[in-house]
Amino acid sequence: MALWRVPLDADQIEVPLGIVHIIKERCKGCGYCIEFCPKEVLEFSKEFNQKGYHPPRVKKPDDCVNCHYCEIICPEFAIYSLEADKEQANQ
Amino acid sequence: MTTAQEAQREAVKHPLDDLLRTERIPHIWCPGCGIGTAFSSCLMGMKESGIDLDNTVMVSGIGCSGRGAGYVKLDSYHTTHGRAIPFATGMKLANTDLNVVVFSGDGDLFAIGGNHFIHAARRNVDLTVVCVNNFNYGMTGGQVAATTPHLAKTTTTPLGNPDSPFNLPLLAYACGASYVARWTTLHARDLTSAIIEALANPGFSFVEVLAPCPINYGRRNKEKPLDTLRLFQEKSIIKNNAHPTELDVDWERGVVLGTFVNNPRPCSTDMYDKVCRLEEKPPKKSAA
Repeated sequence: MALWRVPLDADQIEVPLGIVHIIKERCKGCGYCIEFCPKEVLEFSKEFNQKGYHPPRVKKPDDCVNCHYCEIICPEFAIYSLEADKEQANQ
Repeated sequence: MTTAQEAQREAVKHPLDDLLRTERIPHIWCPGCGIGTAFSSCLMGMKESGIDLDNTVMVSGIGCSGRGAGYVKLDSYHTTHGRAIPFATGMKLANTDLNVVVFSGDGDLFAIGGNHFIHAARRNVDLTVVCVNNFNYGMTGGQVAATTPHLAKTTTTPLGNPDSPFNLPLLAYACGASYVARWTTLHARDLTSAIIEALANPGFSFVEVLAPCPINYGRRNKEKPLDTLRLFQEKSIIKNNAHPTELDVDWERGVVLGTFVNNPRPCSTDMYDKVCRLEEKPPKKSAA
């Protein structure tokens, strides 16, 4: 995401890390999550799901900031993200 | 990644799975259809607003978005064509504690059900109406609807729609709705917060959601689903409290989004109790 200027408190902000989960069999390949991810974390994968669509694939797992935009724009309930720390705590 | 890790990933569920009849998912909506996003925002709004979900009913009519009632794991009601609002009004009158959400499409709410809408808004029945506006009759094959923009091509207007579309927020405002907002599926976060506000508003709340219909509307107007969303991104103007007369859907000029009316007034059940439930009033003295 392009910034016009670096925020003055940029060094104090802790950027969260998210882990993207994709439910491949629900995906219908509309590409909304890939197109509108602000960090461009996703891309189309080469594999097919059961219905013959290409589900997304995580291209840059370290860049996800857990903003949940993919989760909210996905019309298929097929993608969501969880915060990395919480997930490790659960395991 | 090993299969064990994969299995663990699969076991983690989508955050909205507790509100979905997952055995019916994947739903019937086409790839790129905006109803899924509108539906997911609606569920997210219902979850985040903190309303009692055991006391919440989702009502929908006929059409693509009418399928919404079948996918939600709450009490839900799939009604006859255009009659979602009358059924919802009846439910609200019978049990005033219910939160009633009407989730339906533009054809159902404004073409066949137009009269029900205007009277429910006039009487300020405590409903939350989420209208998915996809600019045509999607389920029946993409015919021209009351909301099709001027000059847009549909199966029944191959030369372009000669008529002007409805300005839905203006209609809702003129009829007396106490909360009116409009967002697109691209503005899913604002849409979710609008739905939360609409649920909290005591009275008739109307949220219009502009949604892409890639198969029946987009294909005839040379718009891929992503093109429609880019159009929503480039041509939308966010202007809260804009006057409802400025809200025509004209993509050449830009379409205004935002919250336009948030003006609570007494709702129909309160006024009914005040006028017709006389138990609390002292009995009239008899003539003798």
